[in-house]
Amino acid sequence: MKILTCPLNGPRPVSEFFYWGEVRPMPDPATASDDAWADYVFNRNGAPGVKREWWCHTPSNTWFIAERDTEKDVVLETYFYQGEE
Amino acid sequence: MPWRLLRFALNKKHPEPRMFTHHDKLKSSYDVVIIGAGGHGLAAAYYLARDHGITNVCVLEKGYIGGGNTGRNTTIIRSNYLTPEGVKFYDESVKLWQDLSTDFDLNLFYANRGHFTLAHTDSALRTMRWRAEVNKHYGINSEVVGPEVVKEAAPMIDLSCAGHSPILGALYHAPGSVARHDAVAWGYGRGADQRGVEIHQQTEVLGIDVKGGKVKGVKTSRGYIATNKVLCAVAGSTPRILKMVDVKTPLYIHPLQAMVSEPVKPWLDPILVSGSLHVYISQSARGELVMGASLDPYELHGTRSTLDFVEGLSTHMLEMFPFLSKVKVMRQWAGMADMTPDFAPIMGMTPVEGFYLDSGWGTWGFKATPVCGKTMSHTLVNDTPHPLITGFSLERFRNFALTGEKGAASVGH
Repeated sequence: MKILTCPLNGPRPVSEFFYWGEVRPMPDPATASDDAWADYVFNRNGAPGVKREWWCHTPSNTWFIAERDTEKDVVLETYFYQGEE
Repeated sequence: MPWRLLRFALNKKHPEPRMFTHHDKLKSSYDVVIIGAGGHGLAAAYYLARDHGITNVCVLEKGYIGGGNTGRNTTIIRSNYLTPEGVKFYDESVKLWQDLSTDFDLNLFYANRGHFTLAHTDSALRTMRWRAEVNKHYGINSEVVGPEVVKEAAPMIDLSCAGHSPILGALYHAPGSVARHDAVAWGYGRGADQRGVEIHQQTEVLGIDVKGGKVKGVKTSRGYIATNKVLCAVAGSTPRILKMVDVKTPLYIHPLQAMVSEPVKPWLDPILVSGSLHVYISQSARGELVMGASLDPYELHGTRSTLDFVEGLSTHMLEMFPFLSKVKVMRQWAGMADMTPDFAPIMGMTPVEGFYLDSGWGTWGFKATPVCGKTMSHTLVNDTPHPLITGFSLERFRNFALTGEKGAASVGH
């Protein structure tokens, strides 16, 4: 059983968590061109590497950020979202 | 070993016939470079040589022939899809499959078993009627059947599924088959090799040389190759290659796991799939039960397998077949599935001239091997997409014109 550390509840089995993909800034839908919007809606950075991702601890509905190496399957850090730098 | 056999081993007059020619060196240039010596890449090489007479082709493989998803799938072949694009495409593939063993002079153990997709809810049954009607419209043998037909085909099944998800009916697809997957890669590989294609294993692609929006060459771990055409057929490694040519796609990678049981006496003839229970099962010619479930729930670029998977799959398997409780799991493994948002592949040309994609094969690539080879070789030669793959272009995302192939993978979507 893999363990993921929730910033609120501490280490929990990974089956309690829900994965929601990489953190990606959304362009303004009112001003973005069709191409830029399609790029945001569909395209993904599918290559391996360290990524910042949205995760949710489902029993407590706690959303947070995990930094994870998607090639080595190692979680480097988990923390609450602080807005974009 | 009888000693007299040594005489043959040491005698140059009796060389061991090899399936593939070994090439010491890469040439400095090729007409076409194919990345990935799996079923898809080798099939493309085979049809390029056989149907188009292009033999100055090199297939590069980081690992070994058929060592990726070609050798990791659960070997199911069917064409009961949902969209007209999908149905026509996979039907062509099933027709090609039926002649492959003769084509290769190699036994692929192609076995026509019949394929049931089980419905446990009214809505699932409704989708199956829809699929059956689309299929029939294109002349494909699919029909909705009642639970009694399922029971007759697989008498050991518990139709109530432990009481909580009773089987209401099924989509029955008589042409559903299984084949020996490694042999498919070997057959295509040998056929291509005999016609002059070079297969280079243990050769990694490190970069692709693009100048002025055109492919000029490929950097490999064994030297540089000049070429104007590159076909990328590397399934779960596609995003790594796309990074080299700076092409953006919606592809994302999740592992897909599978397992086999110890061999048991033949008891299951058809292939059974349950979307609600996330289970698919068939019995191989060796008697092993070949079983799969749905995608792993998060992105990962590795082929590790997990205990969670075995536990989850076994639980559901026992709901369908309680008598399997004493049967042992023999092996488990994973492959990297390159998923798309509409569960249809991404095939054809790209914004980089001379760079062709055969990707987005997620959990549905094995059955498409022959038709992918055929259509991609056509696309490479004519520089226009084959009519069967126009619905699968990369452009469709930019145009918000998705293909919506909900019949794609057996489970979990």
